[in-house]
Amino acid sequence: MHPEAIISIRGLRTGFGKTVIHDGLDLDVYRGEVLGIVGGSGTGKSVLLRTIIGLNAPLAGTIMVFNRDLAALNFADRRALERRWGVLFQNGALFSSLTVAQNIEVPMREHLALPENLMREIAAMKIAMVGLPPDAGSKYPSELSGGMRKRAGLARALALDPEIVFLDEPTAGLDPIGASAFDALIRELRQALGLTVFMVTHDLDSLHAICDRIAVMAEKRVIVTGNMMQMLEYDHPWVRDYFHGPRGRAALQAKV
Amino acid sequence: MTQAQNEGAPQQGPAAARADIQFSDTKDGAAALVRGAWVISELAVVDVALRAWNPAPSSAVVFDLGGLERLDTAGAWILYRSRRQLRAAGRTAIYRNVQPGHAALLARVEANDTAAPAEPVQSGSILRVLAEIGAGVAGALIEARALLGFLGLTMATLGRAIANPARLRWTPLIYHMEAIGFNAVPIVSLISFLIGVVLAYQGATQLRQFGAEIFTVELVAISVLREIGILLTAIIVAGRSGSAFTAQIGSMKLNEEIDAMRTLALDPMEMLVLPRILALILTLPMLGFVADIMGLFGGALMCWIVLDITPGLYLQRLNEWVPLAHFWVGVIKAPFFALMIGLIGCFEGLQVEGSAESVGKLTTKSVVEAIFMVIVVDALFSIYFAVIGY
Repeated sequence: MHPEAIISIRGLRTGFGKTVIHDGLDLDVYRGEVLGIVGGSGTGKSVLLRTIIGLNAPLAGTIMVFNRDLAALNFADRRALERRWGVLFQNGALFSSLTVAQNIEVPMREHLALPENLMREIAAMKIAMVGLPPDAGSKYPSELSGGMRKRAGLARALALDPEIVFLDEPTAGLDPIGASAFDALIRELRQALGLTVFMVTHDLDSLHAICDRIAVMAEKRVIVTGNMMQMLEYDHPWVRDYFHGPRGRAALQAKV
Repeated sequence: MTQAQNEGAPQQGPAAARADIQFSDTKDGAAALVRGAWVISELAVVDVALRAWNPAPSSAVVFDLGGLERLDTAGAWILYRSRRQLRAAGRTAIYRNVQPGHAALLARVEANDTAAPAEPVQSGSILRVLAEIGAGVAGALIEARALLGFLGLTMATLGRAIANPARLRWTPLIYHMEAIGFNAVPIVSLISFLIGVVLAYQGATQLRQFGAEIFTVELVAISVLREIGILLTAIIVAGRSGSAFTAQIGSMKLNEEIDAMRTLALDPMEMLVLPRILALILTLPMLGFVADIMGLFGGALMCWIVLDITPGLYLQRLNEWVPLAHFWVGVIKAPFFALMIGLIGCFEGLQVEGSAESVGKLTTKSVVEAIFMVIVVDALFSIYFAVIGY
């Protein structure tokens, strides 16, 4: 049986001014998988993420999410679709004037009409779920450490129980222990909630630990997708340097 | 093919199943029949129903989950919450017919049970008002002291810069002079011109009643030169540039640029504060001069239109009856106003901490405080000039 493609990108072309970032990019993300996007700096990983979630307009190509063409949606359909995914930005992007609990309640307040006490309970549950202490809910983002902000950002991304979560470098800036705890959290949540995870990362340990498939970006497109074994066998200078470099080997040994 | 279509449709269409619950209380036990899609968007009604449900205190309570079509963490939460409440009351409460896919979710929610934090307790309102007043007064005093300290620091930095002019940052100084002074000329000119027009018109109408229209010239000239020209300029500049100082320095502080400067052995006072304050002190008198001219010009125009006082006569009257001292009284205040605006703008910028909201709050505060201080200083000067009889 073919896995169902939950995101399907064909012939994507993006750019700013005269700079072309993606040209002829094809990529499928299957339901229930964790897909890791890797690539050198400036290959447009984050731009790809931002284009899928609609923060950048593509110059050409189609992006289908949940079998629907993003460019063809009207405003209401688009909003309905946006409720079905959650995004964790690199630094959490929490609203600084709201507490963590209020941040998590924002999407519920905006999109649903839930009783006040239920929203508070759900926010408290999400805070516990991402591994934050209960008292974090009443704190403001500026009072949290970087790792806690990321967890809070994830809790907000999960507020509406989305089907897809987009993570932009979720473990960047975390200490190794915090990073592996975050990996474990993503893995657990994926199992419990059946999430599809689209993850931009530089972290080889993360790739080993939680990604089912890896997509490598170079030359303005995705040059190869596959699991870790396929990556190790693939013959391309960047891919070889990345996965066979000293860090790549260390991560591989740690895994074995 | 048909199957694939059916797979996608029910989740996104409005036809998706609703959450539903039915209660049955019998002698053998109470049961809740849970059906439909228990997902966050459908929960509002069943949440209220479950909270209100109080099964007869006879025996076991059963949650029958066999009819559940979809479940997410929020739905799992309210089921778990109801079961927990019943168990806390010493009842037996169990799930029945749990589907394999839902068990993990229920377990995960159970593992993350934390009491929702209670609403913060508000103390008595009178007490709170008193406490807020007290905190406000104490805060103002502490801030006044800190501002005085900042003035001292600025003066010390200025002294060092004068002793060693090579330390002065000329490029930012010139840049800020352009931004504060030159770029403000159009708006300052326009506003003073209009004020001159208004003063002349109002003066003419009132003084005509006494047959003293000709004194309109003195009215316009003295009020513009002594007070309004420079005061208005200072208020515009406080709104335009004082706020910009706070926002710029505040954003830099948030971005840790100020800390970076310190670690590179660059003094933020010398790099950021001094060029801004010096630029203000140098340009505000010039702007005040422009405002004076434009105010007089507006007055002249209105005198000509309303009172038939020709520009020639207006100038002659100015020359004879309005001594230059009035101009100096106005312009001498400009550097002091500038110092206040610059000092407060930079000081509040350096107070920014934590979040973007703090930048907004302190920018507002900086403008309000700067305008307040400008008017206080103006009042002090008025008293001083009155005492020395100038």
